[in-house]
Amino acid sequence: MTGFFIQRLLQALAVVAAMSVIVFVGVYAIGNPIDVMIDPASDQALRTALIKRYGFDRPLFEQYFIFMGNLLRGDLGESFIYRLPVTQLIFTRLPATLELAVCAMLIATCFGIPLGLWAGYKPDAISSKFIMGLSVLGFSVPTFWVGLLLIMAFAVELGWLPSGGRGPVSNVLGIKLSITSLEGWSYLILPAFNLALFKLGLLIRLARAGTVEVMSSDYVRFARAQGLSEAKVVGLHVLKNISIPIVTVFGLEFGSTLAFAVVTETVFNWPGMGKLIIDSITVLDRPVMVAYLILVVLLFVVINFIIDLVYGQLDPRIRVRAAS
Amino acid sequence: MSRVVESRWTRLADFWSDYRQSRVAMVALLVIVLVVLMAICAPLIAPQDPYNQATLDLAAARMKPGETGPGGYVHWLGTDAAGRDIYSAILYGLRTSLMVGVLAGTFALLLGGVVGLMAAYNGGRIEALIMRIVDLQLSVPAILMALVLVALLGQGLGQLVVALALAQYAYFARTAHGAASAERGKDYIEAALATPLPASHVLFRHLLPNALPPLMVVATVQVANSIALEATLSFLGLGLPLTQPSLGSLISNGFQFMLSGRYWISVYPGVALMLTVVAINLVGDQVRYVLNPRRSR
Repeated sequence: MTGFFIQRLLQALAVVAAMSVIVFVGVYAIGNPIDVMIDPASDQALRTALIKRYGFDRPLFEQYFIFMGNLLRGDLGESFIYRLPVTQLIFTRLPATLELAVCAMLIATCFGIPLGLWAGYKPDAISSKFIMGLSVLGFSVPTFWVGLLLIMAFAVELGWLPSGGRGPVSNVLGIKLSITSLEGWSYLILPAFNLALFKLGLLIRLARAGTVEVMSSDYVRFARAQGLSEAKVVGLHVLKNISIPIVTVFGLEFGSTLAFAVVTETVFNWPGMGKLIIDSITVLDRPVMVAYLILVVLLFVVINFIIDLVYGQLDPRIRVRAAS
Repeated sequence: MSRVVESRWTRLADFWSDYRQSRVAMVALLVIVLVVLMAICAPLIAPQDPYNQATLDLAAARMKPGETGPGGYVHWLGTDAAGRDIYSAILYGLRTSLMVGVLAGTFALLLGGVVGLMAAYNGGRIEALIMRIVDLQLSVPAILMALVLVALLGQGLGQLVVALALAQYAYFARTAHGAASAERGKDYIEAALATPLPASHVLFRHLLPNALPPLMVVATVQVANSIALEATLSFLGLGLPLTQPSLGSLISNGFQFMLSGRYWISVYPGVALMLTVVAINLVGDQVRYVLNPRRSR
């Protein structure tokens, strides 16, 4: 197990290092940030001074090493636009995104699994067909478009909920949260639901496929023969057996929820990390882009690493194959 | 030779008679045919060229659906802030969206197919390395990948197609690799390899055709995904500018008017987008179902 662990850890580190070079070089290739930072009418002396200050006159590999050195000390540079340390910028935005993502995951789970179970339990019922139709819509209709429809229905036409923004936040242990007040929820619920739709469609399909398979298995037949009520058969035996693949996929999907938050946050003007990166791309705020991308790469590598380890634990064959 | 042709035709006829079983899938196919026809014939059937500044009339701005504009024809779907007829804009927007979707899907299919086949054909360390990279990319959501690539490559139609293809080729690579690995171990490939035929011939004439059906299913879905992704990027302001209208840029253009109740500027392009994407997905679902060898007949 230790060998497997070290091997995977080295692989993960290699990926992070490779991606950091790609991201750095790639971001370096777009536009000249000096043009964004200063007024084009300003004189050459100021320009040269700024170029020197940010180190743009040095060779690319030197800039990269300076960047990586700072990164290892937890310093990701300073935003060209906000004039704030990037770490600070990202960490003030992170709670909003996490709150949104976690709520979306909860909504997807609370609705997706029961609906999928039902659709798999009664595959030929009209209600099941309707649920499956919804799931197709859930992951084929673009998120931003559903977001617009939600705003139009609930904010413009009905006027029940605000159309965007985050509303009031309370300070819980230094982290700003919306979920503590009813008004906060009124701002949160639409974007969270919007973000949940894709996962909802996915979960319905997963739960249904699992249920269809499990329902025809021997142990369900025996559980019924034992005289257990249908509720117990489904709630206990079926649910338990379909939960393993669902949990795995769900772990993977958390990262993609954070990525999709980019879209939802833009539609609902939610002040999270996704909105920050879109704004930075449009104004070429290079340090923020690099920092965000490296953070995301890190996040995905960590998630993959954990899943690899869990698989290794669950399935000894993977460990053996990796070791040989 | 004639027997080969005949069996191909019967296979196609079988496929079609299976496909026809689902009414939903037939309607979806009809929608796609209509949408494609409308896009192709856009210059002929659109009452206005929405991107020729000379034909735009500010007096016709923000008209409600059904009103007759100064041009003397009815704006069935209303007009936007610059006086563009929304119906015409949708027809032209469909052209761009479909073109981007099909081009990106095709490039992704070619790239992914070659990468997947190469991995399966070579085996060993090369296979392990390629598939490791592909898997890593698969774990990163396509939207994020596309976002990053567009940021790196810059804006424009060509860049967008490249970004979308690079963001999505991994699905094809996985599928091609899976199908080709299964075929690789079969006798007819071993036999073909034993002959002095060049490797590329075996790869493309023998392996590829047999790995094709699952790739086609992925291709249908990926075209829909490309269209949706392009629309999303354009909506985020990172896709195509309004001078090169796609459905996404049209929706984005109308977003600011939504809160003031002028819903039609972005709702109708959105409906067109939704119909197209859902129809392609439904067709893809049915194709997958028909091609599934494990399906009970």
